[in-house]
Amino acid sequence: MTFLLNDEQRMLRDSAADFLQGQAPVALQRKLRDEQVPAGFDSGVWQQAIDLGWTAAIFPEQHGGLEIGYQGIGAVFGLMGKHLSALPLLSHVVLCGELLLRTGDAAQLQRWLPALIAGEERFALAVDETGRHAPQRIATRARRDGDGWVLDGEKWFVVDGVGASQLLVVARLEDQSAGLFVVPCQMEGLQTSGLQVSALQMVDSRNSAHVLLQGVRLDNAQRLTASDVPTALGAALEAALDRARVCLAAEALGLTREAFERTVAYLKERIQFDVPIGSFQALQHRAARLYVDLELLESCVSAALSAIDQDAPDLPLLASLAKARASDLCEKLLNEAVQMHGGIGVTDEFDLGLFVKRARMIQHSLGDGLFHRNRYAALKGY
Amino acid sequence: MSDMEIFRAEVAQWLQANCPPSMRTPIVAEAMVWGGSQISFLDEDQRLWFERMRDRGWFAPAWPKEYGGGGLSPHQARVVEEEMARLGCRQPQYNLGVWMLGPVLLEMGTEEQKREHLIPMMQGRLRWCQGFSEPNAGSDLASLKTTARLNESGSHYIINGSKIWTSDGDKADWMYALVRTDNSARKQEGISFVLIDMKSPGITVKPIALIGGKSAFCQVFFDNVQTPVRQLVGAPGAGWSVAKRLLQHERAAMSKFTEGGAPSHDPLTVAAPGLKAATPAEMAVLRDQLTRVLMDAHAFGLTHQRVKEQALAGQDVSGPGAIMKLLQTEQEVAKYELLLQTMGQRGLSWEGDVFSPDEHAIGRQWLLTKSYTIAGGSSEVQLNIIAKRVLGLPG
Repeated sequence: MTFLLNDEQRMLRDSAADFLQGQAPVALQRKLRDEQVPAGFDSGVWQQAIDLGWTAAIFPEQHGGLEIGYQGIGAVFGLMGKHLSALPLLSHVVLCGELLLRTGDAAQLQRWLPALIAGEERFALAVDETGRHAPQRIATRARRDGDGWVLDGEKWFVVDGVGASQLLVVARLEDQSAGLFVVPCQMEGLQTSGLQVSALQMVDSRNSAHVLLQGVRLDNAQRLTASDVPTALGAALEAALDRARVCLAAEALGLTREAFERTVAYLKERIQFDVPIGSFQALQHRAARLYVDLELLESCVSAALSAIDQDAPDLPLLASLAKARASDLCEKLLNEAVQMHGGIGVTDEFDLGLFVKRARMIQHSLGDGLFHRNRYAALKGY
Repeated sequence: MSDMEIFRAEVAQWLQANCPPSMRTPIVAEAMVWGGSQISFLDEDQRLWFERMRDRGWFAPAWPKEYGGGGLSPHQARVVEEEMARLGCRQPQYNLGVWMLGPVLLEMGTEEQKREHLIPMMQGRLRWCQGFSEPNAGSDLASLKTTARLNESGSHYIINGSKIWTSDGDKADWMYALVRTDNSARKQEGISFVLIDMKSPGITVKPIALIGGKSAFCQVFFDNVQTPVRQLVGAPGAGWSVAKRLLQHERAAMSKFTEGGAPSHDPLTVAAPGLKAATPAEMAVLRDQLTRVLMDAHAFGLTHQRVKEQALAGQDVSGPGAIMKLLQTEQEVAKYELLLQTMGQRGLSWEGDVFSPDEHAIGRQWLLTKSYTIAGGSSEVQLNIIAKRVLGLPG
């Protein structure tokens, strides 16, 4: 395991730092919100990210990828957290890209992966059906119908689902095993029959969808074939989810660190009782404890990213460790940041609120602290 | 192979040949060999390992040979440490002199002081203790009041006062201490750093019992104790900066104690029976709390690794470095609280055969951990350091 970035990963990080600061700063997030952009992100910025190779970074060269690895893309997620940059990188590349790579047969890979990397198609994963993340609890059904399949069910909080061209849908088969289907949002130029994708308006103003499937008919070629072996799909789903959890934890780290630095700066400049409020020990000790939590989180995120790149067997454990800590800190640090800012911290004009809202969505996305402590315990065997 | 790889292979070969297999097992506190005039060995392997490392100068591989060290470069010395860790070799001797005072004498001591003190340390003949805290100078160490005034001829300091929380003060041969040589100067500036022979007339040592029972802590009383002026380290009044330098070696020294595997109870093993005995509702809560404890330890271990790797790569790790003492001690406290919670009253036994030695040990250790977050810079002092030095908060 290494906690250090290699040259290539450092270059990716440095170019991402310039790009996001210039093209997708906090001000853009505010603008996207105020203008109620349905996609929740700026399509021009997304196109530039694709041109920079971000959609190719994690894939093997044989599939047109750049093989920069997760320590590199993890640094990009950290910067997206810092600048509150909204991009469908997690949903499209990490969740759907990893799943396609792991469950598609040769023809399916050829059909979808280059299009994913080039951004010609935009994918989103429809897995959760309730407010709390529960990837094992799937009620959506897929039943055989001649040569094809018919899907019925309901999916909630599909990240970046609005405007996606393809949905990866997890459904339960008649024998109770899980299946994975590529559901096109349009067929022959028309909206896919029986499919309804509607926008959910969430606090972070990003793209979240409700998906209703009522008798959606699919060819057999739309079913990702590795799902023929039930355990293989479960493993592929967990592998993709774990990678995404670690990337979300990296985004959380970047976000919380930025909110913390803004708060510490405020403690130094805000004068009350004729002194900077940061000279009060009651606030100093609280700030110091947040710093400790940030440093611990950084170690966990960095170790988990490294574990992905090295295909380490303890990745699930490290992913849950990182996401649990990230989720908890998203709640604790942002609440403290607001309290330490006082009145200005709860005004809409001040950017801190945007950080709070994004942090709390990250907290609950793909499992909160409780979910991941429970999983960590199960992985440890107690 | 590079020169360093050849050197590493030679070190490994020498350790394989000279470190007895029984000295490559995890150590328990009772088996630690403390260098000093009262040194004792539990068995022949301990003695052999001690003597072989002493003769090679590897009690401190990077010290100059003329003072009994190994004469290796810092990089080579690190290779020796790494290979010892890899093979699981125990520390051949535990010695605060070597780990804390020695580096400071090398840097700031006179030639005479180096010859007088470094060589006996390197032979494991003298045991050192630390005299900093006083009954009325704890977190506010600079308010210490033990005085050292020159006698009329100017040959000796006459020391009066008391030091407290001196670990193994009753077993030590020498003490390095902070004393006040100038009452008129500002707090820190009147303090000097002196070395005191613990056999000097006028010294009384009293062991301190803690809430968990016997401890290594002592209180040391000085009644007109004389120490020659040549035992002053640094200039008169420069003791505060000498001590600050010395404390920079504390973290490395403390890690030598922990890497030997100082006994600590594995929460998973200890808590498991308690979990089984709990009701389902209690179990859900205990399981979550146990996981928090395990995750904290996991995150701490990763941070330790990260800091080490970043430091080797030349990165500034002063920030994360400043959180380690706070974390390690608070996590131990939290761990024993959890164990106690799962054990209930079985964790609160004091004596008697009806309880297992482990049950007694956990109860005692729980009480002992209460001193962890106080000794060596309390948690509140650690938080002050993080707030002021790392975050740059004012005041």
